[in-house]
Amino acid sequence: MSVVVRVRGLTRRFAVKGVLNGLDLDIHRGEFVALLGRSGSGKSTLLRALADLDHEAEGEGELVTPSRLSVVFQDARLLPWKRVLDNVILGLEGPDVRARGRKALAEMELDGLEDAWPHELSGGQQQRVALARSLVRQPDLLLADEPFGALDALTRIRMHVLLRRLSDLYNPAILLVTHDVDEAIELADRVVVLDGGRLIADVRVALPPEGAPRREASAVLRGRFLGLLGVETSQAASHERIKA
Amino acid sequence: MTIDIRTLPTIEANVRRRPAARTSSAVAERRRIPLAPGAPRRWGWIIGPALLLLYWSVLSATGFLDTRILPAPWTAVTTAVELIREGRLQENLAVSAGRAAAGLVFGVAAGVLLALVSGLNRLGGYVIDGVVQLKRGIPILAVIPFMVLWFGIGEGMKVATIAITVFFPIYLHTHSALRAIELKQVELAETLRLSRWQFVRHVVVPAALPGFLTGLRFGVTSAWLALVVVEQLNATSGVGYMVTLARNYAQSDVMLVGLVVYALLGFCSDAGVRLLEKRALGWRRTLGQ
Ligand SMILES: Nc1ncnc2c1ncn2[C@@H]1O[C@H](COP(=O)(O)OP(=O)(O)OP(=O)(O)O)[C@@H](O)[C@H]1O
Ligand SMILES: [Mg+2]
Repeated sequence: MSVVVRVRGLTRRFAVKGVLNGLDLDIHRGEFVALLGRSGSGKSTLLRALADLDHEAEGEGELVTPSRLSVVFQDARLLPWKRVLDNVILGLEGPDVRARGRKALAEMELDGLEDAWPHELSGGQQQRVALARSLVRQPDLLLADEPFGALDALTRIRMHVLLRRLSDLYNPAILLVTHDVDEAIELADRVVVLDGGRLIADVRVALPPEGAPRREASAVLRGRFLGLLGVETSQAASHERIKA
Repeated sequence: MTIDIRTLPTIEANVRRRPAARTSSAVAERRRIPLAPGAPRRWGWIIGPALLLLYWSVLSATGFLDTRILPAPWTAVTTAVELIREGRLQENLAVSAGRAAAGLVFGVAAGVLLALVSGLNRLGGYVIDGVVQLKRGIPILAVIPFMVLWFGIGEGMKVATIAITVFFPIYLHTHSALRAIELKQVELAETLRLSRWQFVRHVVVPAALPGFLTGLRFGVTSAWLALVVVEQLNATSGVGYMVTLARNYAQSDVMLVGLVVYALLGFCSDAGVRLLEKRALGWRRTLGQ
């Protein structure tokens, strides 16, 4: 498996405080990685470093990312003066871009909304447009910073299904920042936890396909991640006890 | 500061009051007050001017208004018809409109160009914006003696004065719209790898357009203002010249026609810009629509 992202000894500092502190991370082609961490642990900082958006941060380290890279932000960031389809194909050139844009929108179950203005869409629809805008570029790496953070629980579940399907379809490597441990376990092949400027856990998620065994396995993982994030649950506590 | 909890209204009390209000006749009182001004009526804007015209007609017809001070509305119409038949009105209007248009074109071009340079480029900002901000404090009338000194008293001076008057609102509004472009959108453009030109075309220009159009409205208005001033200063043609001439002969009806022409010019050009605004800014949702 070829490596798409390679990070070695990455440090990032803002004015006074260090945020990332010698972080290492490899992501392979087509791998779906979820990044967990407490608020303020530096998840967005890492993501912005990967996206080359952190002009204001100081730091060093080795950073290899693919040139075909897309970012999905917490807000959809659609340009309000462009219709949905024009937002999706923004900056793309070529004879077939409109067709490709339509196809991406259809995959996000947004057919018929090509000519709508962004303000005419719901929050979930806007975020799906943003996903279509990312995927139409056929990225090797998709960076997403809490893309579903502003959505309600039901819409999130729908978005999970869509994202899974798209990740199978386009097969980019994905780094998904999330606060939601369940979301991470449900979606990702691999979950990494950031704390103190480094990754303190790197866990491959291989759940049984369905039924009680799946629920049990995911509950164990859930307890373990919550423990790593400093949330004491009875499950996490018992799990640690068993390990000890 | 300490707060005595007993004096605060409790949430519980509120909860109890609400269902009671729903079932009683207090429903109407508690209705949400609509804050938007309601649906627009197509010809609603005509009400104000129509009332004013009515008031003026009544005063003239009843003789309350001395015709030497302000002629009746219908006198303005007959005089205008006469002036048109003689060809004087069209001739002077064409000259005036030509001057205003030339000044507008130069002023808009310079305003947009300099706003772009100073808004998108740090060094440009330092060089240009400082000078403009300093200069904007000087009233246009104060500059006219210098304009005469530099450009003489011919057409060049007139067009240049109008252009300078137009330049400021265009520059200032376009520039501040450019400065208000959200960093988020710049970031988006970076992650989508837009070229410099694509960034300007898809992000900068549309984002600055509302500001530019506001500037254009002010610019058009001030173009007519500057026109009046320069044409009364020294001219041998134009609407301002016609009015000045009429004043010398105490022809208040011709003066009134001049006034009405200015009003129509101002109104029509403003309506034109507003139409442009509506066309170009269809994506916006605002209170005015
Ligand atoms: N531009 C900035 N200037 C100064 N400090 C910053 C800047 N961006 C982030 N920081 C600091 O870096 C630390 C990490 O921030 P970051 O946004 O990466 O956290 P996060 O893990 O994404 O948190 P959250 O889950 O709340 O989004 C925070 O303490 C924050 O105050
Ligand atoms: Mg964050």
